[in-house]
Amino acid sequence: MSARVVHIATNTFREAVRDRVLYNLIAFALLMSGAAILVGQISIGIEQLVVVNLGLTAVSVFGVVIAIFIGIGLVSKEIEKRTLYTVLSRPVQRWEFIVGKFFGLAGTLVVNTLFMAVGVFAALLYVSRGFQRADAWILVALYFIILQFLMMTAMALLFSAFSTPLLSAVFTFSLFVIGSFAEDLRGFAAMAQGTSRWLATGAAYLVPNFSSLNVISSVAHQQPVSTQLIFSNSFYALVYTGMALCGAVLIFERRNLK
Amino acid sequence: MATIEILGLEKTYRVGFWRKRAKCALRPLHLNVEEGEIFGFLGPNGAGKTTTLKLLMGLVFPSGGTARILGMEINDPRMKAQIGFLPERPYFYDYLTASELLEYYAQLSGVAAPERRRKVAEVLGRVGLQDAGRMQLRKFSKGMLQRVGIAQAILHDPRVLFFDEPMSGLDPMGRREVRDLMEELKQQGKTVFFSTHILSDAESLCDRVAIIHLGELRGVGAVEDLTSSVEGQVEIIWHGSSVPASLKALSTEYHLTGDTVRALVREANQDAAIDALRREGLRIISIVPVRTSLEEYFMRKLKPSEAAAGVRS
Repeated sequence: MSARVVHIATNTFREAVRDRVLYNLIAFALLMSGAAILVGQISIGIEQLVVVNLGLTAVSVFGVVIAIFIGIGLVSKEIEKRTLYTVLSRPVQRWEFIVGKFFGLAGTLVVNTLFMAVGVFAALLYVSRGFQRADAWILVALYFIILQFLMMTAMALLFSAFSTPLLSAVFTFSLFVIGSFAEDLRGFAAMAQGTSRWLATGAAYLVPNFSSLNVISSVAHQQPVSTQLIFSNSFYALVYTGMALCGAVLIFERRNLK
Repeated sequence: MATIEILGLEKTYRVGFWRKRAKCALRPLHLNVEEGEIFGFLGPNGAGKTTTLKLLMGLVFPSGGTARILGMEINDPRMKAQIGFLPERPYFYDYLTASELLEYYAQLSGVAAPERRRKVAEVLGRVGLQDAGRMQLRKFSKGMLQRVGIAQAILHDPRVLFFDEPMSGLDPMGRREVRDLMEELKQQGKTVFFSTHILSDAESLCDRVAIIHLGELRGVGAVEDLTSSVEGQVEIIWHGSSVPASLKALSTEYHLTGDTVRALVREANQDAAIDALRREGLRIISIVPVRTSLEEYFMRKLKPSEAAAGVRS
């Protein structure tokens, strides 16, 4: 990877840290502490289930919000504030800028998720008084959540490369919602007839399939995740992210920075 | 070979939401800037100066024509490593300190790690910010940001510098310092291309200037050559309490102060005016040629009538 990509990614990470993005961890810590204390009092026998479900869902929601709201500003904010001018007038290629921004935000989300993961395991330890072997599947669920963040970040960047922050937020959030019901959309496509079948199938394969990346419920029930799903999800997420990034680069390469 | 060669560069934007219409920001521009020159790019607001600089920096794409800097295409990274750019009203990552920002730019410009700290400290000193290196940019005044902008442009010791309104936001002392810095850069053999609408800066600094208006080049050349092309005037002062009718016809303007009269007369009418004064028996105090300023030349080039007549040089 080009050294300039690393420098841009590092600066993007530093921006997120200095703009107090990681302060969301305080809210998360409060949520997990409260949940761990309350769950012990109101649920009997399903403390582990509630804590894992709540914890992983919170990790996902917090991360998605960060991916959308920072991702949409990664390019547009730099254009609006003209900070991009002094970057692109140096020997920096436009693709390096986009890829660097992607890795910077992806890095922020990974670090954020790691801290949250510690919180989830701490709450689990508190309510269960120990870990079981099946709890290791929580790591797989967290890995899938990170894959989801990578896809969301790439999509936010793609929209941010040609649209306003508000529209980018709307597009990205819409895709997140639709993508969360991608399996249902595929089911609908299978049942539909004629043109609607064709359209629904096209839409089902175009939107990101977040359904298959969501294993929170099965992990909370201590069910294992198949190796095949881990590989297929990894491959799918990396290809989807790569394609969205390529789209962002292709658009940004042709954009006039007025 | 010229350091900057602009070969018919032009830019037309498509504006409007629904029915897009063409808006010409820059008509085909042909311009050469030689090595070691301080070149002023003059024009009123909205003339096309910033558009030209953005085209040269590869920030917007030309609708036609091309340009070469140091013999390389405008998007060549090898060329970009050898240029510095100060945008108009610069704004930087305000969560960084001045030192961090300059270090980041040094990394992007490919300055070797062992040299970075030394170069950052050096340029901060050069722009008078040696004590502000550890301060976050969000606490900087407009003038300090302009100085940071200049520091980032010269940080990597580029051969060619592009400054977009470099004096903007600076107090008289700051403007003087920037002028000194530009002269220092020239002495080091650098080429400086700067846009401005402050004509006195251009007049005192530039080897050559170009005047642009409504996206069209109206004149280019050395300041003395351009101003000498404007018909000169002479100022005649004499003792008297009134202006004879013959003098009124010959003067472009006149003022009466106490017992002296001051009149401006075109050079061509100088002898006739002197004869008229002698005929009236008035005592001439002085006859002084009036130097044509760049401002006068500039104003002439901006007049619509002359634009229509095609005054391109």
